[in-house]
Amino acid sequence: MKSVIADNLVKIYDKGKVRALDGLSLDVEEGTVLSVLGPNGAGKTTVVRILTTLLRADSGSASVAGIDVMKNPEKVREVIGLSGQYAAVDEILTGYDNLVMFGELYHLGKKNAVVRANELLERFQLTEAAKRPIKTYSGGMRRRLDLAASLIVKPKVLFLDEPTTGLDPRGRQEMWGVIQELVKGGVTLLLTTQYLEEADQLADDIVVIDTGKVIARGTSDALKKQVGGERLEVVVEQAHIAKTLEIVGAVSGNKASLDEGIRLVSAPVSTGSAALFEVLKSLDAAGIHALDVGLKRPSLDDVFLALTGHVAEEKKSEVEEKKKGRK
Amino acid sequence: MSAVNDVLIITRRQLLLLSRVPEVLIFSTIQPVMFVLLFRYVFGGSIETGQPGGYVQLLMPGIFVQTVAFTLAGTASGLAEDMKKGLIDRFRSLPISQSALVIGRTLGDSLLNIVVLAVMGIAGYIVGWRPSSGIGSVALGFIFLLFFGYALSWVGVLVGLSASDARVVQNVSFIVTFPLTFLSNAFAPTTGMPRALQYFAEWNPVSTMVAACRELFGLENQFGATAGSFPSENPLLTSLIYMVIIMVIFIPLSVRKYRNYAD
Ligand SMILES: Nc1ncnc2c1ncn2[C@@H]1O[C@H](COP(=O)(O)OP(=O)(O)OP(=O)(O)O)[C@@H](O)[C@H]1O
Ligand SMILES: [Mg+2]
Repeated sequence: MKSVIADNLVKIYDKGKVRALDGLSLDVEEGTVLSVLGPNGAGKTTVVRILTTLLRADSGSASVAGIDVMKNPEKVREVIGLSGQYAAVDEILTGYDNLVMFGELYHLGKKNAVVRANELLERFQLTEAAKRPIKTYSGGMRRRLDLAASLIVKPKVLFLDEPTTGLDPRGRQEMWGVIQELVKGGVTLLLTTQYLEEADQLADDIVVIDTGKVIARGTSDALKKQVGGERLEVVVEQAHIAKTLEIVGAVSGNKASLDEGIRLVSAPVSTGSAALFEVLKSLDAAGIHALDVGLKRPSLDDVFLALTGHVAEEKKSEVEEKKKGRK
Repeated sequence: MSAVNDVLIITRRQLLLLSRVPEVLIFSTIQPVMFVLLFRYVFGGSIETGQPGGYVQLLMPGIFVQTVAFTLAGTASGLAEDMKKGLIDRFRSLPISQSALVIGRTLGDSLLNIVVLAVMGIAGYIVGWRPSSGIGSVALGFIFLLFFGYALSWVGVLVGLSASDARVVQNVSFIVTFPLTFLSNAFAPTTGMPRALQYFAEWNPVSTMVAACRELFGLENQFGATAGSFPSENPLLTSLIYMVIIMVIFIPLSVRKYRNYAD
């Protein structure tokens, strides 16, 4: 059974100037995790807000746990949990106060709300910070509390909008752990992210979206195959480019490509470090000194490049910065 | 009934916030008390009123009304703050009555007004304010004040939900509130104003509220209202009509704005 269905959603902002969603469709099978992967401005938050009844679509339809989102928003709110892109908890109140208040709003009654708050604080390792105002929490603690608030009553479908954006690597790891726990417990989850790695770690299925449309969908493996797996990259002096193209092409079995500006020769490889070793050996035999050599795992940028032929809009400048840095 | 319960939980949150940030309560009371002292001692000596008991008798109702009028700003900035934090999204995604949050906030702000009015009343008493009507009338006056603050709180809800930025909210609220409180009979007679402003001042809800309170506190002097005009003859009724009009217009608008927030 499908727990979430979005069919041909359109959302237009600013009197037609921005088509945030442009006929977006997706679905989530009950008990599975779907990751919506896309760059800044792709429409991730917009689709989450529509599915969680916070925003009305201009056209299209959607249902959550079999309930029509447009016709019965009150019923939908009873079965969902939402942790938005920005932690939505009361900064001035303590973690404990927040959870008790939300528990009461879920009609648990004061006593049960207190019990549940303590359980959740314990589970998300916030017991020590329970009596401190949220404004003293770190970004990771805030996100965990926000997640806890969305789990007060076990939701049938959970929505997480970029749960790890802005967290440091440790915070991200912790958050992944927490989410994996939930997934093991059998929750149906729709999660948005900008990181392929995150989708890879957490999701059964991935839909890639860009400018309000789905541009690819599949399992993480299938998508990576589509992108072409790992790439071997070598940077050499101008004089050695021709020869290097030849060597890398031979090892890869595919035609190597060249980024002239930064003298980067690259080609897809399937044998990982063995290919790396082979290339190094051949370069050495040819008397070529490589300035930089490496294997690159496909990133969201590569997915985009492969799927759309362009780098994700807002990320472009960042990628160019990186390239400049390498020069 | 669960809707009532939801509202009460939100109202309690409001009080909890006050207890966590007592500065808010302190400053919301210090400012009006300061006004009482400043007007009483700085201007009080130079304003000739012919009022037995002195200027302070006329002043206190004016400051009471001015203070509750600023509930508009308080509600607006509180809501804007909640929106900025994304908190409104969480409330709106909960299975609760969709207007609970805004109703709870307006009630919470009225509770704050009770405290502020009580402190001001005491401060007024200390500097010589002595309402000459009975206890019942005085109590009715305070109920009127609370009700007026409550009505304006709903205007604040709309301002708070409409503005894009919490700082804008402050400015918009002040731009609405300041002319209303000063183009009135609250602090000085309207008779000195140009004719057009006099008309405005006379029909201004702040003036009718001030006149109504003066009446309920046992004062004769209506402080400059043109004799014979409807608002000056019937300040209580006019004020009541204003409050009802404000609520009839702004409650549905605000609730609708909240439901469709961000659309
Ligand atoms: N309230 C709004 N008014 C006007 N345009 C908006 C509004 N909200 C979103 N947009 C636009 O709609 C598009 C999709 O925005 P959305 O927030 O859904 O993207 P996103 O994928 O969540 O991005 P991010 O990764 O930055 O969170 C963007 O172009 C954005 O500028
Ligand atoms: Mg977003």
